Parts: sequence; C-alpha cells; structure tokens
Amino acid sequence: MNWIDIGHIDDIPLHGARVVKTPAGCVALFRTGAAEVFAADDRCPHKGGPLSEGIVHGQSVTCPLHNWVFDLNTGAAQGVDEGRIGTYPVRVDGSRLLIDGDALGKRSAA
Amino acid sequence: MTQKLVIIGAGMSSGRVIEHLLDADPGAYDITLFNAEPRGNYNRIMLSPVLSGEKTYEEIVTHSDDWYAERGITCRFGEQVVKIDREMKVVEGENGHVPYDKLVIATGSAPFIIPVPGHDLPGVVSYRDLDDTNAMIEAAAKGGKAVVIGGGLLGLEAAAGLKERGMDVTVLHLTGHLMERQLDEAAGYLLRKDLEARGITVKTQASTKAILGEDRAQAVLLESGETLGADLVVMAVGIRPETRLANDAHLDVARGIEVNAQMQTSDPDIYAVGECVEFAGNLFGLVAPLYDQARVLADSLLGQPNAFAVKELATKLKVTGCDLFSAGDFAEGETREDIVFRDPARGVYKRLVIEDDRLIGAVMYGDTADGSWFFGLIKDGTDIEEMREALIFGPAFQGGASADPLSAVAALPPEAEICGCNGVCKGQITRAIKGGATDLGAIRATTKASASCGTCTGLVDQLLAVTLGDGYAAPQAQPVCGCTSHTHEDVRRLIKSQELKSQAAVWQELGWTTPNGCHVCRPAVNYYLLADWPLEYRDDPQSRFVNERKHANIQKDGTFSVVPRMWGGITTPDELRAIADAADKFAVPTVKVTGGQRIDLLGVRGEDLPEIWSDLNRAGLVSGHAYSKGLRTVKTCVGTDHCRFGTQDSTGLGIKLEKHLWGSWTPHKLKLAVSGCPRNCAEATCKDIGVVCVDSGYEIHVGGAAGMEIKGTELLCKAATGEEAIEVISAMTQIYRENARYLDRIYKWLDRVGLDWVKAQIVDDAENRRVLAERFQLSQSVYRKDPWAEHAQDSATRAQYAPLANLTLEAAE
Repeated sequence: MNWIDIGHIDDIPLHGARVVKTPAGCVALFRTGAAEVFAADDRCPHKGGPLSEGIVHGQSVTCPLHNWVFDLNTGAAQGVDEGRIGTYPVRVDGSRLLIDGDALGKRSAA
Repeated sequence: MTQKLVIIGAGMSSGRVIEHLLDADPGAYDITLFNAEPRGNYNRIMLSPVLSGEKTYEEIVTHSDDWYAERGITCRFGEQVVKIDREMKVVEGENGHVPYDKLVIATGSAPFIIPVPGHDLPGVVSYRDLDDTNAMIEAAAKGGKAVVIGGGLLGLEAAAGLKERGMDVTVLHLTGHLMERQLDEAAGYLLRKDLEARGITVKTQASTKAILGEDRAQAVLLESGETLGADLVVMAVGIRPETRLANDAHLDVARGIEVNAQMQTSDPDIYAVGECVEFAGNLFGLVAPLYDQARVLADSLLGQPNAFAVKELATKLKVTGCDLFSAGDFAEGETREDIVFRDPARGVYKRLVIEDDRLIGAVMYGDTADGSWFFGLIKDGTDIEEMREALIFGPAFQGGASADPLSAVAALPPEAEICGCNGVCKGQITRAIKGGATDLGAIRATTKASASCGTCTGLVDQLLAVTLGDGYAAPQAQPVCGCTSHTHEDVRRLIKSQELKSQAAVWQELGWTTPNGCHVCRPAVNYYLLADWPLEYRDDPQSRFVNERKHANIQKDGTFSVVPRMWGGITTPDELRAIADAADKFAVPTVKVTGGQRIDLLGVRGEDLPEIWSDLNRAGLVSGHAYSKGLRTVKTCVGTDHCRFGTQDSTGLGIKLEKHLWGSWTPHKLKLAVSGCPRNCAEATCKDIGVVCVDSGYEIHVGGAAGMEIKGTELLCKAATGEEAIEVISAMTQIYRENARYLDRIYKWLDRVGLDWVKAQIVDDAENRRVLAERFQLSQSVYRKDPWAEHAQDSATRAQYAPLANLTLEAAE
C-alpha cells in the first residue's frame, strides 16, 4: 500500500463525487456517508459515461447517460445490465482522504 | 525502595490509575498530582446533569481533598506545569520543581475553538470542565438567548441543559444532520425532531462566520448572512488531545501522545493515559477505554504484564427523553448489508449493518432497549445467519411478522387532512368507513374525499385497508420506485399534511426501505420538498441529475452545452459578440441556433464551465436553464412593434413573462410562447403554456407539447390585460408545481386531473388564483437568480468543477 493524500473529506459533497486524474484516465471518488468514501473508475463500461456526474445513493452510483447502476463495493453493474468497473482502496484518516497509489499504478500498467 | 511518581492532570483516567496503584501496593510510589484546575478529580461525564440542575457539583466529586490527604498524595492543584525536563527527570511547576522516577501525563483534551472573529469575547465559553459549567449556569440565571455551536454529544447536552435552565437555545451544526459521526441521517433527523419538540431550535448546514459584540458576545453571524442574537455562546465543536507538554519534551506525538500497549511513551520512564493519548492511530473520548487504559497503566507501573487493546464502543446521549444508541462501524466498510426498520408512529428507527453474517454496527433511535444485546453480538462477533430474519426485532422476538407498510397512514392523527381539494380529514373518512362506506366510490359519495383532483386516491385506499383490515383488496397503484410502496401522489400529499421538510423526514416518516433513496425517487422528493417548502427546504444538488447540478447539458462524450438566456428571443450585437468571443476562447466546436430562439454552445469541457459563465456574465448574459425541469424559454413573434398583423406587444409580454418565471423549478420542463395574432408564428398552441394575442386581449392556452407526443393546447381562459395574463400564468405554473407528479408535463398532469378542475381553481376562483400567484412569487424570491453567477463566483462551488487531485505526474514517476 502506498497511501497518497488527495484532499479533505469535505472537498466531496455528501452523496456527491469528485474525480482524480491519473495517467490511465480519471478515477472517481464517491462520498456515500459522513466518513465513507469509495474510489472507482470514472468511466461507465456501457457508453463511457462519467460516473462521477451520476447520482450517488446508498452505496451505489447511477450513470448519468443511461442509468446503469453500479455497486461501489464490488464495482458490479446491478439489475439486468452486465459489466464491472474497477474499484480502488481509499481510506479516510481523520478528515483526510487517502488513496492507494499502488493500486492506481497497477491500473495504468494493465 | 519507594519511587517518586508524578502525575500531570487529575482527571477520570489518572484518578483510576491512582486507585488501582493504591489497591495493589500502597507503598510502591510516593505520588505527586498536578492539576491545572483548582480541584481534584470529579466525574466529568456528569457535568451535563450539573448543568441541567439534576445534580450538584458535590454529588459528582469522586476524590475529595480528604481522600488525597488520607492517602498521602501531594496535591499541586491550580498549578500549571511549565515543562518536563527529561534529562534531569524533573517536572517544572509554576511553584517549583518536582523530581520523578516515573511520570504519567494525563492532560486530557482541550476544546477546539473556531478562530472566527469575536471568539475571545466575554460570553463565549467552551464546555469541558466545572468552570465552564458554572459560567453557563451563571449566564443562564439571567435568562436570554444561548447559541450552541456544534451539534455533537457535548453541544447537545449543553443545549439541553441550558434549555432546562430557561434559556432560549439555538444549536448550530456545520453538516447536514446532528451527531454525524455517531448517527446516520435518519437517526439524526429523529433526534432533531425530539430536540425541536422541547423548544430547541436546530440549524444544520450552519457555518459560523463571526461572533459579534462590543464588550461581550451579543450575536452570532452565519455565513448565510443570518444573525442570531446571543447572550451566551457555547463552542462545542470538538476536542483535541492536549499534547503541549509532550511536544515540548520531544516525545513522539501524532494527533495525540503516542503510546504502546503498556501506555508507555517514546521515553520509557514516561507514560500517558486518557484523552491525550493516541494508540495505534486511535484517539479516545469515551470513558470505557480510558478505564481500560488506567488498569493497564497501573499494572505497567507495578511491573505486571498487561496490554491495552481497542474494543468496540457504544454511544448514548445523556439528554433525558432523547433515546439513542450507536455502536460499532455503521458508516464504513465494504461488502456489507443493511437491515433497516422504521416505525413512523412511534418515532423509531433501527439500522443494523451486517458483514459476512456478523453484526458489525447498529444505530437505534426511539427504542434502544435491545442496544446492549446488539452490542454484545458486535463485540462477540456472533454468527447471526440463523436469526437474521428476525434479528432487528431483538432477542425477545423469534419468528415472523414484518413491518406494516401501512403504518405511515395508520400513524396519522384523525385531524390530518387527506383530501386537500375538499378539506376532508382522516377522522371523517374513517367514520364514513365504519358507517358502511367500504369502497372508494362510497367514500367519494359520502365525504367527497378524492372526488376532485384524485391525487389522494392512494391514501384513501390505504385508509380503507387500515380500517377494514383483510376485508379490503386495494387496487394496485404504481409506487414511485422500489424504495417505497407509496405513489407520487401519496408522497406529495404526505409531505404537505405531515409537514415533512427534509429528505430525512420523508425517508423516516414514509417508511422508505433504502437509506437515502435512489436515482428515481431522490430527485422527485427533492423537487417536492423545494416546491412545497421554498423557504424551509434547501435544494440539494446531489439529488439532481447532472444537468441541473452543473447547470449545463451533458453530451454523449461527457462535454456540456451552454445556452445563455435571450429574453423573449431578443438579443443585441454586444451579447452576440460576447457569445462569439466565448466560443473562440473556449474552442467551442459547435455553435447552433436552438428551437427556443437562442444560441447553443456545444462541446464545452466541464472544467471550463465556471470560466465561460464568468465571461458571459460580464456581458450581462445569464443561464438559459436549457437543462432544467423548470422554465426554459418564452418564444415570441415580433408583435405590434414590426408586424402589420400584430394585435398586441407579444415580444414585450414574452420578455415580462420570462423575467417573471425564470429560475423556477417545475415537475418537468416548462416552455412558453406568445404569438401576436392568431396566425401564431411563435407556435404558442403546442407549448406547455401559450398566449395568443387577439384584439380584445390575450387567450391563455395550456397543455400543449411537441416532443414524444404532439398535443395541441386547450384554452384555459382569456385575460383582458397583460398583468392579468401574467397572474393567470403564475397561478397556472404554481398549481402545476404543487400538484403534478415529478416528470409529468402539463398535458400529462391535465390527463389525470382534468382541465375543468384547473379552471375551477384558477379561473372561477379569483381569490385562489391570487393566492397561488403569491405563493409562486414567494418561491421566486428564493429561486429567481442566476445559478451561473452563483457557481462561478463562489470559490467552494467553483472548485467542484475541477478535479480533486491530479496524480498524472506523481504516478508516472
């Protein structure tokens, strides 16, 4: 693990999202609760919709283009849609947000 | 040989250390106890009952002066420790040195003071010790207003105590719900409701800007510009470990003084205990782990093996009448599931969090009787697979019944209004049912409930089901989505009749099955709340589709389109130049004229939006809301200004209407047009609302569409003057806003309620028309403003458009 500090928890609105730019494209950070954040690919496998612009509900996000819903725990598409987005370790330390740089590194190599 | 032990800080944990040491080996140490407060150890947890007047200070003292004297402890109370000299092994007090063989730092925590202007005025207090408590009691004796900054455990206990002592109390809390670290949104909502019921005002999302006053605090100024009068200001925003002495002595300090499992700091002769320590990344604020630490520290000092370990914690609030419990990890963790139980009638909410067939967290409000049982399951890691079905009902319940989906309706008081059109309340309907009206038709015939617009039909059905029990088979109505069994009409009606003014209130009182809805219901509920409570409810951008959150239309490649408003389709060379300049500057790939008589800049990058808006704002251009479920455009023809057939100033009326209506949110998009004569060049008769000018005045048409369906309008009425036309259109817009389902255009909604009903409301009833137009105006006082300017000028909002971080360089290294 190589934890990188990427910002303050309140930089992400509750039930909202922000993106982090990486060499292999954007990763979206979703804030699902007061101190609960998930990180996943920002790109919907269906038509490439920006998931960070979707509505965050429970521990899921709905793609803004065609309403595909992804479980942020597993990255799996819900319901009848089939597909998966990559998820990455992220943790909240006090009020700081830390993302695992190693997992992001593997992503760009893949 | 007796060793010298010096303890800095006479608090609850060090008090416990002394007790353990004396019990085990009274002769082991010669003890000196420093305390900055001019008194010994008392039960700090009980300060809240002292504040509220339920207890006195004497009752909460744990170690009296005599107690220390009898045990030969040297007390240096009311004396600050200046520094620790590790080389000489000496503690330097204000009144002289004390050498040590072993040293214990128990300095506790310090209140966090927000450094806003005025934070140091007299009349601003924190809430940590007896002096603070006494200061509050003294202030409360004079009565007046208190503002408590911070809606966590301490802040709420302070608020309840001050209210008990007769003050007028307001609690300010920075985030969306109270005690957000211990409670989820639903439990926070119920807590708020209980506090409000006892007369405490709660303001969430309230950020303090300054404390105002000349010689002492007189008022609190919020970021929103609101000013609250205050004779007393209590800062209870949080605590931080008091680490100054340890820092100065160059011990290892992170957030707290770092200790190992034996409570030893980085200096083997110095130990630390209590709220000032950090162990394996954890800080401690509750008493149970502090007592565990005290036991371990006493053993370490006596050379006995023992190790401190972090255990699960449970929280309870010590405010009489507010029954809440939270334990374990309910907000974080992966691959977990929720079990939620809500009983709106009793104000009960329970949520269990399960992972790998084990309970890992629990939040409860209203009924916490099973708290310790759940806490036991969490601590023991019990496999709950077998009892999962009935788990949430607690230990006493094994075997069956599920929550009643009708409980929200059953919980309504008899005087709750069910049918707004005819003013029929629940009691009248249940009486009618008991009197033999056992189906919808009979209810309509006897009470007129649901006989007009019909939007309360679902509620009447549920009342029949509740009252008749199994004897009634309700017709199936489509619920909003999978999160609820209520229809849109039910939700709207209940939001009004139960005065639900927050999303959390809707989820709880209407028995939602998900924590915060989904992409289908949340935008609808957000709209219903802002339409019904324009002043009380604040629009939640995170409950909106991206276009309305970012105030631009997302395109298939993730870029956005930007459409500035052109009032009534009229523009100027300067505006056109500004649009052309913006298109050049931001390399806009496509510039297109829209069907709504304005210009669309397509292909703008999300990050560039605030910048392009600033440029357009400078030329006087504002958002065209081309993305919203709200007023889009008012299309016009040139009217009497230029046209030889024009009968009225259609362009002028169009501009007036657009300036009156813009910014308003509606159930679906709202398009208008004004044509200057029946030739209808502005195509007014296929708009949601259209005006056709004639010689004698203005024909107002409604319910047209030219989208998925093509519909011609129907005539609503005629208006003699432009002012009258504007009033009718305001009232029409408002009645649509207040009654339609989310995502129904006017024509669809008219199919449900009928044009005759609308005519009766706003054409035949002039008073009702005026009142509706007034309510529209009230809502517009909040929403008639340019979102582009707001987003471009507010630095926090503007930041949301940029990436949170850019790791492209870092990861490449």
